[in-house]
Amino acid sequence: MTSLFINGKRYKIDVSSDTPLLWILRDHLGLVGTKFGCGIAQCGACTVLVDGKAVRSCQTFINDIKDKKVTTIEGIPESHPVKKAWILEDVPQCGYCQPGQIMQAISLLSEKPNPTDEDIDNYMSSCLCRCGTYQRIKKAIHLSSQLMSSKRGKK
Amino acid sequence: MTDIINLSRRDFLKTGAIMGTSLLLGFYMPIDSEGKAKVTSKTFSPNAFIRIGSDDTITLIINKSEMGQGVYTSLPMLIAEELECELSKIKIQPAPVNPIYNHTEWGAIQGTGGSSSVRSCWDQLRKAGAAARLMLINAASQIWKVDPSECRAEKGFIIHEKSKKRLSFGSLVEKASTVEPPNNIVLKSPDTFKVIGKPTKHLDTKEKVNGKAIFGIDVKVPGMLTALVARPPVFGAKVKSYNAENAMKVNGVMHIIQIPSGVAVVAKDFWSAYNGRGALDIKWDVGENSKLSTDELKITYSRLANTEGLIAKKDGEAKEQFKKAHKKITAEYEVPYLSHSPMETLNCLIDYKEDRAYIWTGTQMQTLDRNAAASILNLDPQKVFLYTTYLGGGFGRRANPHSDFVSEAAHIAKELKKPVKVIWSRQDDIKGGYYRPMYYHKISAGLDEKGNLNSWLHTIVGQSIVKGTPFEQALTKNGIDKTSTEGAHDIPYEIPNIHVDLHSPNVNIPVLWWRSVGHSHTAFVVESFIDEAAHLAKKDPYEFRKNLLKNQPKYLSVLELAAEKAGWKNSLEKGKGRGIAVHKSFGSYVAQVAEVSLDRSGKLKVSKVICAIDCGRVINPSTVEAQMESGIVFGLSAALFGSITIKDGMVEQSNFHDYQILTMKDMPKVEVYIVKSNETPQGVGEPGVPPIAPAICNAIFSLTGKRIRKLPINLNELKIT
Repeated sequence: MTSLFINGKRYKIDVSSDTPLLWILRDHLGLVGTKFGCGIAQCGACTVLVDGKAVRSCQTFINDIKDKKVTTIEGIPESHPVKKAWILEDVPQCGYCQPGQIMQAISLLSEKPNPTDEDIDNYMSSCLCRCGTYQRIKKAIHLSSQLMSSKRGKK
Repeated sequence: MTDIINLSRRDFLKTGAIMGTSLLLGFYMPIDSEGKAKVTSKTFSPNAFIRIGSDDTITLIINKSEMGQGVYTSLPMLIAEELECELSKIKIQPAPVNPIYNHTEWGAIQGTGGSSSVRSCWDQLRKAGAAARLMLINAASQIWKVDPSECRAEKGFIIHEKSKKRLSFGSLVEKASTVEPPNNIVLKSPDTFKVIGKPTKHLDTKEKVNGKAIFGIDVKVPGMLTALVARPPVFGAKVKSYNAENAMKVNGVMHIIQIPSGVAVVAKDFWSAYNGRGALDIKWDVGENSKLSTDELKITYSRLANTEGLIAKKDGEAKEQFKKAHKKITAEYEVPYLSHSPMETLNCLIDYKEDRAYIWTGTQMQTLDRNAAASILNLDPQKVFLYTTYLGGGFGRRANPHSDFVSEAAHIAKELKKPVKVIWSRQDDIKGGYYRPMYYHKISAGLDEKGNLNSWLHTIVGQSIVKGTPFEQALTKNGIDKTSTEGAHDIPYEIPNIHVDLHSPNVNIPVLWWRSVGHSHTAFVVESFIDEAAHLAKKDPYEFRKNLLKNQPKYLSVLELAAEKAGWKNSLEKGKGRGIAVHKSFGSYVAQVAEVSLDRSGKLKVSKVICAIDCGRVINPSTVEAQMESGIVFGLSAALFGSITIKDGMVEQSNFHDYQILTMKDMPKVEVYIVKSNETPQGVGEPGVPPIAPAICNAIFSLTGKRIRKLPINLNELKIT
């Protein structure tokens, strides 16, 4: 039995140590918002946060997340500035890669609250979108940054 | 009509109750806070597409698959316009398989493709909305004992202006159900449209942003097992023998089943099945196809391209005129096999229960998939219930007339008699066939003394997509598969002598339509070569096109709009190149101007794409813009990176590291301009794709003088030495 801390909840789970976090989330915990895209950390669809930093859950294992906080798309409230910005910019098309894109964007903004276009290009280029929503993702990240700074300003 | 829907609903509720998963139920039915299906006591079902509950819920039953192209927004907009209800209140229920939901242009097939959803539903859904509105008005007027002409509908209410009375749609459900459907439906005049034509945010955005949208791969039913299939390394190879011993030892592996397409490993979850498959020892009888190679194929194709094929188009005497031409040019072009690679890999869940079966999958081809499963399971198709989920991208791959991913799941379910979901890995998807075919083109043009384009000869070589499918008869004429030559046999340029012919060799590589189908290669060749002809004539490629399109006002208008917005007449800054292309597909006219630059290492940057489209009347301008951006990215991925190659019968690519797609850092700035039109709506899902490859290749030519005749673009060749 291993204890995992996901979206603020404690889960006890019995899986082999080589099981990727992606499949623990999807098959064992029913958190299917995190998507399978490639299985080899080439597409970013399975991105989740571990202690606030984006990782590919298809290449993350129990030993990597012991005593760490995992956040999936289900753990981000709809009122989060990034989700809000995604809705305002009407980003998704098929929507399949978007949970991963959003998690990657949250990680970027935690490192760089006011990213430049180049920062976004560098950080987001590991997350593929076959529908080609990149232009809107970029706009939504800039908007998220604005929403976040106005929120900080209010505090 | 009503019975059919109610039956399927009852069946659905029954399975829902068995499964007890609010997740799944929520996808098809409105749910309350406890996750239980909220079944309204009374429902008004005026036709196959609309359900109005006594609690004022409005559910639309949509017979098109949502794969990112926005039909769960644009189609409700058509109904909301005529029904006079608020768009935000609408819930969507994917249609069951039933003839009432057949595609209005495809005969007895329910499906989504060919950029045809809005066009084919344009009258049908507006009429459905108007009929419901008239019935609700009649119901209210009977209650109020006034003339129906004194009543109107607005935002989900029927209103009697004089008495200021109003009743919500929900409160009229019972009465409206007794009203006869109207015989004569007059649709709203476009100048009174309130919904159609307004930029509208997609209705499914929130659930997609929250990770709540359920794709086929996400559906779960109690007792469900997961299967992965070991498919042949060479197309058409058969299992000679296999040893399951080690695979069965893998934790969680439960069954190993041989099926026609290979060996299925069935386990309690994905990871167990994946490891189990890795431990399988299979001996394959690879057969004839082990000699196949795309390099060899290219040699065969280029030889064929120098012989005449079946004639697809003949105007005048192109061959004779070409011989006499003052100036002439001949070139050969080639494009590779391409994988669709939707982000959601293929999958299909089937629950087979002796006398019936339930299928959950993201498909674009409901009727054929349902029928294929029914035939394998020896069931009456009426006893096979297919539920269409969201599609994590389709691009044609999920519209397979051969029903590959559904048939395979049916074979496993038949043996297992337990709910089983087959999931493809990315490697399975990329190696699994059904590609956009490889094509080889030979093309010639002749100019007269005045520099006018006088003759055009075009030979195309490539596999037929529709051969052996239910679409063959409708799409093949005199041996010509129209999907191989579309965009080439119907070029708009005023050329007196045209000859287009086609070779459709049989090759044992499974092929399929790929976003924009034939246009994906013909536009590249025609629009690159017209540039070559312009260069030969020493004319500006934009002016050269304009002159040849003077009797084609729609082509001209998008061409001029794109050129104007791109500032075509202004000179470009040093180090940049600009290219233009125009193409009509799926009823829509699209022109694009691409701007490129190259750094010293030969790295190509497509910095900007200006896109102009005339797609007839626009339903949702936001969707049109999004689809143009999407098509441009899809076409760019193919032009810059896309290539499936085969050696010793085996596909050489396996995942996104060697079958690359465009990333954020290569995304150009895209601007979309829409031509205002009052004509019938046309396609937008695909028409953005065809012009982009020639536009960037023409831009590269303008910058470097190097003509790209082979895709993907070989960046090494572009290095400035």
